[in-house]
Amino acid sequence: MVLECKHVWDYISGYLDGGLDPELLREVQKHLDHCEVCSAVLDSTRNILVLTADERTFTLPLGFSERLHERLERAFADGLQTET
Amino acid sequence: MLAAILAGDQQMFHELIRPYERTVYMVALGMLKDESEAEDASQEAFLKAYCALGKFRAESKFSTWLISIAINEARSRLRRKKTGRTESLDAGWDSADSGDDFISVSPALLTDWREIPSEALERSEVRGLLTTAVTELPPIYREIFVLRDVEELSVNEAAAVLGISVALVKVRLHRARLMLQKKLVPLLKGVTFLESAERTRRRRFLWF
Repeated sequence: MVLECKHVWDYISGYLDGGLDPELLREVQKHLDHCEVCSAVLDSTRNILVLTADERTFTLPLGFSERLHERLERAFADGLQTET
Repeated sequence: MLAAILAGDQQMFHELIRPYERTVYMVALGMLKDESEAEDASQEAFLKAYCALGKFRAESKFSTWLISIAINEARSRLRRKKTGRTESLDAGWDSADSGDDFISVSPALLTDWREIPSEALERSEVRGLLTTAVTELPPIYREIFVLRDVEELSVNEAAAVLGISVALVKVRLHRARLMLQKKLVPLLKGVTFLESAERTRRRRFLWF
């Protein structure tokens, strides 16, 4: 089985998640090893995921936690109860 | 902990939810796209979770249950907003990229963005480009990307909270990632290219 570039792109996400079965993984790896375009697609997609997972990228608004717990306190003081 | 809260110890509820504050907010923000509305929806979701705590069954994970409540809260707000507005939720993407799970997405074919992310990430404009691009993803792709790649839920948990199959999670996640790659690589290339040019200049300066 020889994979074309556009088929390799279909497996980028599965490759990054380690979800490809061994035979397919071998074929995709073989293609990536000699195809600069596809390995750049892989690298750039991986870079985006690393940026995404960095805790500085998506952050809670300042004071979020304080406001949340204050609101809960107010609701408790107003008589909020768990339903039975 | 749950038993104590159900028995009336409200303070324990504050402790119970602390680990999930960020996830609930990010899920709400991913769906509502507006920071103050996402914050309000998060607060409502936690209040609803408190009220419904007696219905939580230990066979599901607490995080799954809580995120489901947040998703429902955000969805009902979206439904309320829709009545009165007709603008497309998919603005910013061409139609081939929007609704259909089975049209394939082609990546950007540029070979010159391989910068080490930790260096690129020091720049707040890079983080800004990424958060904007995620916000602009069509809703079904945005929600799965937030669950899996921002909040790092497992594929199974993401499928459970969204009420879709594992296979569909994988298809949508793949499309979301490639859509981001396609949109961001041409933009980030410019940013990081400048960075490496600067470094080259610095190196030259040092060497000569």
